[in-house]
Amino acid sequence: MTVTGALLSRVHRVLQIVHAMLREIFDESAYSRFLRRRDLTPSRDSYAQFLQESETARAQRVRCC
Amino acid sequence: MSKPGRAVVWMAVAFAGTISIATIALRRGEQLSAMWLVVAAVCSYALGYRFYSKFIAAKVLTLDSMRATPAERLENGRDFVRTNKWVVFGHHFAAIAGPGPLVGPVLAAQFGYLPGTLWILVGAVFGGCVQDFVILLFSVRRDGRSLTEMAKDEIGRVGGLVAYLAVISIIVVLLGVCALIVVNALKASPWGTFTIAMTIPIALLMGIYLRRLRPGKVLESSILGFLLVMLAIWGGQWVSQSPAWGSYFALSAPTLAILIIVYGFAASALPVWLLLAPRDYLSTFVKLGTIAMLALGIVALRPTLHMPALTRFIDGTGPVFAGNVFPFAFITIACGAVSGFHSLISSGTTPKLISRETETRMVGYGAMLAESMVAIMATIAACVLQPGTYFAINSPAGIVGQAPEAAASVISSWGFAVTAADMHALAQAVGEQTLFNRTGGAPAFAVGMAHIFSHTIGGQALMAIWYHFAIMFEALFILTVLDAGTRVGRFMLQDALGHVWKPMGRTSWYPSILSTSALIVLAWGYFLWQGVKDPLGGINSLWPLFGIANQSLATVALCVATTIIVKMGRARYAAVTLAPLSWLIAVTFTASYHKVFDPNPRIGFLSHAQQLASGVSSPTSARLIFNDRLDAVVTGVMILMVSVIVLESAVGWVRVASGRAEARVRETPFVATRFAEEQG
Repeated sequence: MTVTGALLSRVHRVLQIVHAMLREIFDESAYSRFLRRRDLTPSRDSYAQFLQESETARAQRVRCC
Repeated sequence: MSKPGRAVVWMAVAFAGTISIATIALRRGEQLSAMWLVVAAVCSYALGYRFYSKFIAAKVLTLDSMRATPAERLENGRDFVRTNKWVVFGHHFAAIAGPGPLVGPVLAAQFGYLPGTLWILVGAVFGGCVQDFVILLFSVRRDGRSLTEMAKDEIGRVGGLVAYLAVISIIVVLLGVCALIVVNALKASPWGTFTIAMTIPIALLMGIYLRRLRPGKVLESSILGFLLVMLAIWGGQWVSQSPAWGSYFALSAPTLAILIIVYGFAASALPVWLLLAPRDYLSTFVKLGTIAMLALGIVALRPTLHMPALTRFIDGTGPVFAGNVFPFAFITIACGAVSGFHSLISSGTTPKLISRETETRMVGYGAMLAESMVAIMATIAACVLQPGTYFAINSPAGIVGQAPEAAASVISSWGFAVTAADMHALAQAVGEQTLFNRTGGAPAFAVGMAHIFSHTIGGQALMAIWYHFAIMFEALFILTVLDAGTRVGRFMLQDALGHVWKPMGRTSWYPSILSTSALIVLAWGYFLWQGVKDPLGGINSLWPLFGIANQSLATVALCVATTIIVKMGRARYAAVTLAPLSWLIAVTFTASYHKVFDPNPRIGFLSHAQQLASGVSSPTSARLIFNDRLDAVVTGVMILMVSVIVLESAVGWVRVASGRAEARVRETPFVATRFAEEQG
């Protein structure tokens, strides 16, 4: 692999991690896991179920000062 | 890189760090570039992470990458999920980074840039990062148990109860102070109030968008929400210029306080998806983006610090808050150096996401270093202001007077030149009616941030937009802490009351929801109201109370950590937690003593009450006297609780060390990981 190729691959990897980080922070990954666990497809109903399931956990999530 | 090569690089880092810290500490009488602070911080953090955290990981905690974590053993795809270490790092950082590291350093800047900077660097590397790291690891080894559960298991039932009470107290005081900061930032500011008011319908729209239009697309809706907020900031200038609309949004402090109390109650009782979750997403989005922008702005602009290294106010006569540099600088800056609140997050969601034990070092120690860097940036934002401007914004009317000319004259007499005309021009530039007496730290930080941003992008023309962007960012951030904190407090109260009467413990039972929400909101609402009515601006008495509460919680966390280290048979390394613990005990106990008993009425609650009692009696003075005595009792109770837990812990250490008690930790038995090959 050329130096440029290696650099691009590294940048791509960093962007992937940032994207994964944002998906986790914004609960998109949690929703994907919920769909996999329940064998559901994305829809209003499945998202409503996800919100219902995670309501208590999300409400108890501490935010620091 | 070869071993000698690495050694040379680390020696260069140490050299650069030493030179930077020496420059910060020793240079007097000439202005300093903010880059010295940045280089000192980066080098200190790099050295702390590379050497100190590695020492703790290897010698004290003996991290074992072959030991299965709860995320592996209890994986359920919901709470316990093996997650990439960088993703956990981001998640943890987003949870620990709040308004504290922004506001505390701004307030402490009244001592000059030196005390705050040194405390942020030393406190984080040897205290805050260590606390976050060890509590995270100990929670991972106990199936993600919370700090209060670990205190009960390892120290005893009294320890558990005290930890619980300490958490509830800190939440109440914290929320009262946070709400006060928002009130002080938004009072008589139609532009800021309009922007923040608009975030409520924007969050509701986001909630509906997420639920009905594009289910689960949180990032997308957050970007949309952010664009709408930017539109609201832009629109705010017309609202502020319109005599009709402006009058609707130019609210007094008491009106804003009532609105915030009502908002806190509603946010606690409404369904999460409708308001709380979308606001949380929006706030996190804005927070991460703004912190990144501020870092880039500082590096691009490389601003000069106008605040001296030390001001005359290290003697305790400061207008922002009264009290000597020791201990008050160390309780004023909590988040950014050591924050007990972090231990709740390190023993909350984060331990359930960790894939390997060895990753606790990067997540626990590393994320706190990033938070500490945010505090350094806040110090820079405050210290780039001319000192006269800084004191004009942060001094309460009770100290410098209400009239601009009189206030400017008092501040100039301290040796920090400022004129009423300068302040008027600055207020005009940021689209405000006045910037005098805007206590609380948020407006000063916003002016500093607007200064940095406008010199990087847009020039003077965008100063007002950047100022209101900063105010929106802080207020949104703080209101998120407020509604999330009210809910957490409500759940804790429901849990406790459920032991007395079972139905109260049912988190979905509406009478329980309404009554516990009301109790929590009334508790912090009382502190808010007290601050709003305080002629000294409220911050003078409430921020130290919050600092004491936060550092008391850190004391509890470090007691738990030291107890576990002693029981692990690692007593010879107990100094890693015992040293910051001893420092925090010294700081919190001294600060509490001063806040209760100091004969100076600006510092001591009781002497202030005495002074009021000996003056002309009025309904206001009677209430102020009651508030002072209440604050003294709250401080006393917190210190009593901490004393109990410290004594109980110390007795336990002595018993274990002398062989009179069995050194047995209550951690989950070792289970080998199924991912050994992944570990390399």
